[in-house]
Order: sequence, then structure tokens, then C-alpha cells
Amino acid sequence: MAYDKFNILQSSAYPLPIENVDTDQIIPARFLKATERKGFGDNLFRDWRYNADGSLKEDFPLNDSKYSGKILVGGRNFGSGSSREHAAWAVYDFGFRCVISSFFADIFKNNCLNIGVLPVQVSETFAKEIFAAIEEDPKTEIKVDLDNQTVTLIATGNSEPFDINSYKKENMLNGYDDIDYLQNIKSEIQEFVKTRPF
Amino acid sequence: MSSTLFDKVWDTHVVRKIKGGPDVFFIDRHLIHEVTSPVAFLGLKARGVKVMEPQRTFATADHNTPTINQHLPVKNPLSANQLKALEENSKEHGILHWGLGHKSNGIVHVVGPENGITLPGATIVCGDSHTSTHGAFGAIAFGIGTSEVEMVLSTQCIMQPKPKKMRINVEGSLGLGVTPKDVALYIISQLSTSGATGYFVEYAGTVFEEMSMEGRMTVCNLSIEMGARGGMIAPDDKTYEYIKGRRFTPKGEDWDKAMEYWKTLKTDEDAVFDKEYTYKTSDIEPMITYGTNPGMGMGISNAIPTSDTVQEGKATYEKSLNYMGYNQGDAMLGKKIDFVFVGSCTNGRIEDFRAFASIVKGRKKADHVTAWLVPGSHIVEAKIKEEGLLDIINEAGFVLRQPGCSACLAMNDDKIPAGKYSVSTSNRNFEGRQGPGSRTLLASPLVAAAAAITGKVTDPREFLN
Repeated sequence: MAYDKFNILQSSAYPLPIENVDTDQIIPARFLKATERKGFGDNLFRDWRYNADGSLKEDFPLNDSKYSGKILVGGRNFGSGSSREHAAWAVYDFGFRCVISSFFADIFKNNCLNIGVLPVQVSETFAKEIFAAIEEDPKTEIKVDLDNQTVTLIATGNSEPFDINSYKKENMLNGYDDIDYLQNIKSEIQEFVKTRPF
Repeated sequence: MSSTLFDKVWDTHVVRKIKGGPDVFFIDRHLIHEVTSPVAFLGLKARGVKVMEPQRTFATADHNTPTINQHLPVKNPLSANQLKALEENSKEHGILHWGLGHKSNGIVHVVGPENGITLPGATIVCGDSHTSTHGAFGAIAFGIGTSEVEMVLSTQCIMQPKPKKMRINVEGSLGLGVTPKDVALYIISQLSTSGATGYFVEYAGTVFEEMSMEGRMTVCNLSIEMGARGGMIAPDDKTYEYIKGRRFTPKGEDWDKAMEYWKTLKTDEDAVFDKEYTYKTSDIEPMITYGTNPGMGMGISNAIPTSDTVQEGKATYEKSLNYMGYNQGDAMLGKKIDFVFVGSCTNGRIEDFRAFASIVKGRKKADHVTAWLVPGSHIVEAKIKEEGLLDIINEAGFVLRQPGCSACLAMNDDKIPAGKYSVSTSNRNFEGRQGPGSRTLLASPLVAAAAAITGKVTDPREFLN
């Protein structure tokens, strides 16, 4: 399905300065039983956000009212583990449109791009700077400019470029998805099928 | 120009190259299960599209299935609903479906090879990261998200940038008590869980040449745990012998034609990799993990590393050990355990149960240990019985459950309770992976068997001399 267009996002952010955040933390397997894509945001980081009795863990950043915004800033190697797109859905459903980290796991990154959440990979130094800025002022804003491929800390004006392939960038700017593209070249694919030995 | 095994398979599956973007990549065979496919089918419905090549997709129920009393209705209504959705979607689109209780049912990465769905030189995807398993046959196989499942269903293609290439060489033969699982856990402990991110791995060297097909599957299965999209091993006579005569393997003239192609599937001598690592089997002993990701593994006789010697930051490392209830510098040998899980797409095949039985034979399960032995498929289950392994494990105080993913990801009722320690032959030791609060020690079936007998972390070589 086509998704929201993404161009410039300026927002405060939630910090999660933990490395190797895996998809089982983002959404545990026991919450993957739905047959529709809705409600996953409630269980985002379920076991880090809630105690066993369902009460909130006050010290977890997503439960801390001083934080807000549409950007999640995670530690290195964010999204490792499973291919469950539910992890990206949960991130989206909670209200995030962008995840910033100094390193992403492949499948999670791909899944984000496929549903209109922008993964922005920054240097280790800039990631530290962002975490420090949020710690100093939880309302500090970050500007993510997809067209110019830059991420900027508004308070300091410090900025860094980020990579995205031009095809995916175009898709996100316009809210197109891959299935639209593939449907449009179906006859070419049907010709290709004839060449396959099995 | 010389090319790698990976190049040879990848390049022949590119339908179209997009400048500055991904390749339109053709998928020969597609596996689906109940958890990651329902939303993809909803997408097809919303677009009014049918499955383009239904004979290239195969459905099996595994992630969310009970492992006891499979003949009874599934109790959890959400799980039952997912199973029903898989069945109905398969029926509507003409996809072969092996539901709960079907004789071909089992874990998707176990039944694929068993039925000859997995072939050398093929491209195979599934909405499951351990799809890398099928690389053992010289296939390019990797996990995809649900949006991509929808792409494959509707157009038999996905959009993928070509990954970089890595070769991992391991030279030497396996020592006593050392299994393919240990080789993989060793490599991951060296590379970390992100060391191969962005790469597709080829495994080469004597250890893989000598390894059985099932051992190769275990190694390729764990490729994702070092961040790689997948891993593969060049096909050889063992590969052809394994696949010959299976249900979906080409037959007769088609077999001969396929063989001509398969024989070309090896890396040219002067081909270049973006990265290359070489290890020796003499450095590999039975492995065990002590932390909360598969990279936190060590030789079973070692001590838990201190935070100044690891790649993680101090806070992340301490958080992990704190979760496990372990201290830096602790020995793992002798640590008390509560549960043993043998199964999963990593170690749920017949050789794994043979290995387990070889140690428990003539011994008794420790009283305080709960053991869940879960075959990867009905075919594996039948072999366990045929070969007399069931009698051996029953006599040792164990029972065999029915096939499924089970406690590997604990989507069904097979959950390790909070705080309990589980020696598991599965693939992930993430926090809560085997149930909220569970603590997982990843290991081989031999290490699992030794722990099940003694009730604590034990070097399996004690039982093998």
C-alpha cells in the first residue's frame, strides 16, 4: 500500500541508548498473533515498557513524559534479529516516522523503508552528540531533511549527511511503494519466468 | 571475469537493474507460514491481485502451533485464527498447504529441504530470518518482511540491492564433542551480531566440505545471527545425493539438465570477496552463550569475559549480564540450569536427535530439569521412532513432543518461566525470547544432552571419552 509522503521531519525525540536492540525487544513474538496490521504500537518494547502485572516501568524512556516526538534514537546495531515486519509496524504505530542510529540491522532497515519509516544512519560521534543533546534538553529538536539527505540538531546547528539509495528516496518522497513498481513491470517479469529452469 | 558462487546465482536472477537503486530480483521458491503472511494476503486483496505463480509458494504451519495434542482444536483463539487464515489464503490462491497434523508439516526450514523444495542455484525467500538455512544447498536464501512477502506473491520478485560478499574459511576437522553448531557460535562470537551486516557469506574450507548436509544447514541457519542476510556453501556430491528423488526435485531429463547447471556453481579461483576471514577448528571447542545475544558465546571451559575485553559498551554489557544473573569472570561449567530445549530450524533434525540420544543413552535426566524435545517435522519424528531413538530417550526419562517452532520463540504455550535458565539448541538468546524473563544458553544438542543429565552446564566431552 502506498504510504505517507516523507520530506522534512522536525521533531523532538525519544532516546534509547542501548546497543543491539533486537526485534524480540521491539515486539516480542507472543504479540505477533494478529492477522491484520493494527494495534502493534501498544506492545512496542512490551517487556521493557511494562512490568509483568501490566503496570508501566517508570524509568523506561517511552514512559517518561519529558520525552516526546516522532523520532526514535537508538543505540548501535538497532533492529537485529528476526525479519518480523511487525517490529517496524510497532515503531510506526507508536507514532515514529524516523529512527536514528549509528548502525542498523539489514532486514529491519529494509522493513522500515517499505512502510514509510525513515532509518537514518549517523556516525558514532553524531549519535553521541544527539543523545547528549536530548539528555540536556528533552525537548530539543532534530530536523531530518530527506530531500537534502541531512540530519541536523536544531539547538547547535550541527548537521550530518546520511545515505539512502535514490530509488528508495524517490519512493519515500512520493509515498510510492515497491509493489506499485513491480506491478507495472509484470509483463517483463512474466517473460523472465519462461527462462527459469525450475 | 571471475565470479563467486553468490554472484553466479544472484546475477542470473536479476530481471532488471535500477540505476542507483535495488535489483528487481526473481524468486524461484517461496515458503510461507501463518505469522508473517496474513497481512500480505490482505494487501493482495486490497489491490485485487491474485498470486502470480502459486506453484512456487509452499505453506506450512509452524510458529504458532502446539507441540502436544495436535489432534485437538488449537485453544488460543488468535493462534487458531492465524492457522485458519493460512489455510484459507492457500486454498483461495491455489498454494500447497501443510497444516497442523499433515504428514509433511513441520518447521518451514526443515520441510523445505526434506521435500526437495530447496535446490542448488535457486533463490528462496520466506518471511523468517532463518531462511538462510537453505544456503546449505548452494541456494541464495534469506528472510524478508511482510511487504516483501506480498511482492513475491503478486509478482514473484522483490527489490533488493545486491549485498557485499564475505567468505569465511574454517580449516581443519571437528574435534571430539564439537558440532556444526559450535563452529557457527564460534564464528559469531568472533564477528559479533553485526559483523556481517550488509554481506552475504560463503562458507568454505575443509570443515564445511566434511560436514553433512544437516550440519551445513545448522551453520547457514545461523548466518543471520552475525548480521549477514544469508550464507551459502557450494553444492557437491553430498548435496546432490541429499536432494535426489525428493518430491519437488527435478527428475529424469530435468535432473540431468539441472546437474549441468549445478556443476558450475562454485567460486572461481581468482574471484574476489569484499571481506574474508579464516579460522581453525583447533581453536573451537563446544560452545555456550552467557549473554543476551548470540555473539556472546564462548568455549564451554572458559570464563565469562570482563567488560573491558568485549565489543559492546560497558552499560550494554552489564545490562546483559545482569539480566542473565551472571558475573564477569564466572565459569559457565557447573552453573545450574532448569530447562533443556532441543529443536528449532537450527537443531531440530534427525542428526541432532541422534547426537542427543548418544549422550543420554543409558543415563537418566536430572530430576529438576524440564526437557522439551521437539522434532523439526513429522518426517524427523518418524525417523526418531524408526531408528529406536525414542526408546532410548524415553528410558532416560525424556518425552518427545510434536513438531513446531515451539520454545525457540515461545509464541505457543512452550514458554520458559521468568528467571529460569534454559540450555537451548535454538538460535537466539535475546531477553525474553523463550518467554518473558527467560534466560537462554545457546548450545549444541550434545551440550544440551549433557546439561539435561547433570542439571548444570557440563562439558559433553566428559560423556564421550
